[in-house]
This record gives sequence, structure tokens and C-alpha cells, in this order.
Amino acid sequence: MSKVILQVEDLRTSFFTRRGEVKAVDGVSFYVREGETFGLVGESACGKTVTALSILRLLPEPAGKIIGGKVILDGTNLLELSKKEMREYRGRMISMILQDPMTSLNPVFPIGDQIAESVRLHQGLRDEMVEQQVISALRLLQIPSPETLLRQYPFQLSGGMRQRVVGAIAMSCYPRLLIADEPTTALDATIQAQYLALFKDVQQQTNVAIIFITHDFGIVAKMCHRVGVMYAGKIVETAPTREIFKAPRHPYTIALINSVPRLERKDERLYSIEGQPPSLMDLPPGCRFFPRCSAAQDVCREQQPSEVEIGDGHFVSCWRVH
Amino acid sequence: MLSIIPNIAEKTTKGYTGLSRRARITRNLTLIIPATILALMVIMAIFADLSWLGLPNVGLAPHDPDYIIITDRFLPPSFMDGGKSDYLLGTDKLGRDVLSRIIHGARISLSVSLLVILITAFIGTVLGIIAGYAGGRLDGFIMRVTDMALSFPGILLALLLAVSIGPGYWTVVFALSILGWAGYARMVRGEALRLRESDFVAQARVSGASPFRIMLRHIFPNVINSLIVMMTLAVGMMILAESALSYLGIGVPAPTASWGSMVSDGRSYLDTAWWISAFPGIAIGLVVLSGNFLGDWIRDKLDPRLRQL
Repeated sequence: MSKVILQVEDLRTSFFTRRGEVKAVDGVSFYVREGETFGLVGESACGKTVTALSILRLLPEPAGKIIGGKVILDGTNLLELSKKEMREYRGRMISMILQDPMTSLNPVFPIGDQIAESVRLHQGLRDEMVEQQVISALRLLQIPSPETLLRQYPFQLSGGMRQRVVGAIAMSCYPRLLIADEPTTALDATIQAQYLALFKDVQQQTNVAIIFITHDFGIVAKMCHRVGVMYAGKIVETAPTREIFKAPRHPYTIALINSVPRLERKDERLYSIEGQPPSLMDLPPGCRFFPRCSAAQDVCREQQPSEVEIGDGHFVSCWRVH
Repeated sequence: MLSIIPNIAEKTTKGYTGLSRRARITRNLTLIIPATILALMVIMAIFADLSWLGLPNVGLAPHDPDYIIITDRFLPPSFMDGGKSDYLLGTDKLGRDVLSRIIHGARISLSVSLLVILITAFIGTVLGIIAGYAGGRLDGFIMRVTDMALSFPGILLALLLAVSIGPGYWTVVFALSILGWAGYARMVRGEALRLRESDFVAQARVSGASPFRIMLRHIFPNVINSLIVMMTLAVGMMILAESALSYLGIGVPAPTASWGSMVSDGRSYLDTAWWISAFPGIAIGLVVLSGNFLGDWIRDKLDPRLRQL
């Protein structure tokens, strides 16, 4: 098995607002190996993006604060680095692809300059070398005729092409870890499929570890080796992808998978989970899924379940498996 | 019949812009005419006389602008009844040549406004970007100072300055600059605030760019468009402000000509000798208008979306 490149331990991130503390990420632990894709799944506002931003230490200031835990990247705890050291890590060791390719590029500079920025920042190469590396980054993302694209402006490219350019920026320094925050949400279905295939290719060539944030189980099935399911700031179940689909154990995971529309179930009504996720400002003392859970017991109301390993790499936090 | 074919070929060649012939000509005229006018004004200012080469008697101005000939006072322009061919645009209340004074006045009016615009735009942009990007207390502090500058009566401050350091060229520049940056700061801060939240700034942060680099490389270039529009609009305001100060006696002291002081000098004679005010007024109008047209053109050129059209 390949080496663990990122280890997140008991990460806690809160936003301190006028109305009180919002526990956006509350004790999240997971790891990612080299060359592996780890999916982070969950509904909106469950803390996926905040987890990613915490790893990069780019939380919106001054409200957002990491209040505990460790983020160990290749043996270094990122939370102990100075601001300057952290900047060195961003782009060189970790990079991130944001959701919307239409706005992730600076409209007033040609593509080439924008990719070169990261290369210059981190590697201090001479100009001809920079251009070579920029072109090789564009090649890695399979962009046709990169030499002409260098001089073009973002508005001249299609959405799919822009997202590839964003990918090329992220990969330009060959980082060890790439965080992709729903990178395909803004793309249409065919381009989405292409882009995902491209990602797998890039991963095979560079052995980069990927954290893939999504709420689409179709993408999870296609892309991820392992998955963590998040609910209200906690990871409730972690398992290899195959295992998640074959034998999900947490009631929330089961409900999520059931609410994916399927072609073979034509006349049934689409399953949906009753109720709303709890307010992160006023969390219930017991299991966070308790009010919406179909298999709730008395103990669920009182106490939080701890994480139990029920199979090879399959972790669940639920009283039913205790 | 055959002539149709090369016509189509011509339209599809590289230079074809998609605009009709007429639109193309109009577009070019809005560049050529204002650029020519401004260039002429600048040449006029530089070559009014060649005293900077040690030749005070050689130059574009036909007369000494400050030379008083009382017998020649209130002479109308040469093309009117009673005009002398010697004075193309007539003379003022002291018999000084209006044309020569306009040519010399261009120096003061253009250099003061240019200098003030550059100084205020620079200060305003730096403060605005810092305030907008940093946010929080620093933003609050800078913007409160900006509010104070915007609400302070400029003329009063200029009077104060004139009393304490005495009237003169640099007093005018200082008096106009000391409050003028506030408008730029507020505008730029708003833009920076918007750009700070944009995805490409987030992307730059993810790539490990420092705050300074983000401000310089990602926020500033996106502010330039609005900045240039504001700067060109300020050309007119600065010329007028300079004239207001001259009128109050804070400006460049008499007899040195500036367009603003000429307009105010001729004010009392508008019904009998309109040319004293009208011609420098036209000069101001031409510069202001040309500045605005040129500003629009520069803005279009700087926007990559419009550049290729």
C-alpha cells in the first residue's frame, strides 16, 4: 500500500459570529494515500468546504478559526506553520480547484501568465523554463495546441476549457495533494464525464492524492477509492467506495444512497430524508442524525456514538453497530 | 459582376472588425480628433516660448503675455469690426494679447491638473486597495479618514494653506491633492471589496500568492478601467478648481496667466468684451472633452474583451 500523504486528526473549525459559535467542522478525522482519491460527500452546509479550507488554512477571517486538531501533510503539521511557510505550501504542496471555472480566472491576463504565476512563485525558474513548465502543465490536462492557448484570454474559452486551465494552474507545480471542490458542478453532463476521466489520467501520471468534494454519488462511484460521508460537521461513515454502495451501515448513508434516482425503479416516488439538518449553533447532545433517523434508539438521544471499525477500512459512528 | 467577389474576400480578411464602414470611421475619429487636440495643447504649452532654452523671445506666442499696452485695451478679435490684425483673439482690460495668454496659460492649467490627478489617483488607489482588501479595522479607519476628506470644505482648506505657506504653483498642487484622493480611495475600495471575494482571487490565494501580490497583480489591473475613466473626468474638474483658486487669489499669482484666472478676469466684461472669457473657456472645454473621449478609448483598449473587436 502506498504511503499516507495527508492525515487529518480531530479537526475542529468554528465560526464565531455575533449570535454565537457555529461548529462547522467538529472533530473530523481521515487520511488520504498517495495516488488515491478520497471522496467527501454530504449535503450542503455539512462542512465539506470548510474542511478543505481548514486544510489550506484559508478560512474567511476573522470569523473562522481552527480550534483544534492536526493536519499532517507528509510529516508536517500544517496548523503549526507560520503564515509565510503556509504560503509556500499552498500551490507547491497542496492546491485546490474551485467550483466555478467562469470566475476562477482573472479576466485581464492571458492564460499563460496565470499559470506561470504559480510556477514563478514557487520555483523561481527563468522565463523560458517557466514557459516550458506551463506548456507541460497544459499538456497534462490534455489541452490541444497549448502554445496558442497561452496568449488567449479567459473569455475566449469555453467553460470546459476554462476548467481545464484551472486544473492546469492547480497542477502546474505538481502538488502532492489536490483538493477539488465540486469542480464539475458548473459543467454539463458530457463535459463532466470527460473532465472526470481526465482527472483519473492526471492522477495516474502524477500520483497526486485527491480530495474530491461532491454531493453526487455518481461521481463518487466513478472517481473515488474511498469515501467519507459527512453530516452536520462530522464524518459519520468512512469506507472504500465499493463497500459504501454494497453495505452502507450508517442510516444517513443508507438514506443518501436511497435518494439517488435510479433508472430501474420507474414508478416509485423518489426517496427523501424527512426534516432538516440541525442548526450548527445549537447541536443536540446525542447523535446529530437522531431527529431524522429511522432507526433511532433511546441512547441516540443522550450520547454521541464513537467511531467503530466494522470491516477493513470501514468506520461507522452509529449506536446500531456498537 | 465579378467585382462582387473580391468585395467579400476583402471583408473576411484579418483586418475586418465586423463594424460597418461608417462605424469604423466614427470610432477612429473619436480617437484622432481628441488626441490631436490634446497633442496641440501640450505642444502649445511646451513651445509657448523657449525660455527653457534661454530664448525667451522666440516661441509660439505672438506677444509677451504679460506686456501691458493700455491704449490697446478691450480690442476685439481681428476678424471683428474694430479689431487689430496684431491681436488675433483680441486684448483684455490691460491690453494684453488674449491668444498669447491662452498659449502661456496652457502651461499652468495642464501641468497643475496632470500633476494633481497623478498624485491623487496614486494615493487614492493605494489606500483604496489596502482598505478594500484588508477589511476590518484598517478599512474602517481609512474610510473614516476618506469620509472626513470628502466632507471637508476644500476651499477653506486651500485658503488656510495659502495663508500659512503663501500662494503659488505648489500651493495649488498641494491644496488640490490633499483632499482630492478621497474620491479615488472610495471608488477603488468598493471595487477591491468586490474583487476580493471573486474566485480568481481565491484561486491566487490557493496558489500561495501573498496579499501584496494579490493586490498588485489581481486587484489593481481590474481596477484600472474605472480608474482611468475617473482620471479623465477629473481633467476638467482640476482645471476648474485651479481657476477657482486663482480667482480667490490663492493660485499662481498675477500676472501669470492660467485659463481659469483668465475666465474669471473677463467675467465683469462679458457683455462688452466677451472674448476675454470666451476663448480660454473654449480651450478648457476642448481639453475636458478630448480628455473624456480619449479616456473612453483607453478604457476600451485596456479591456481584453473589447480589444480584439
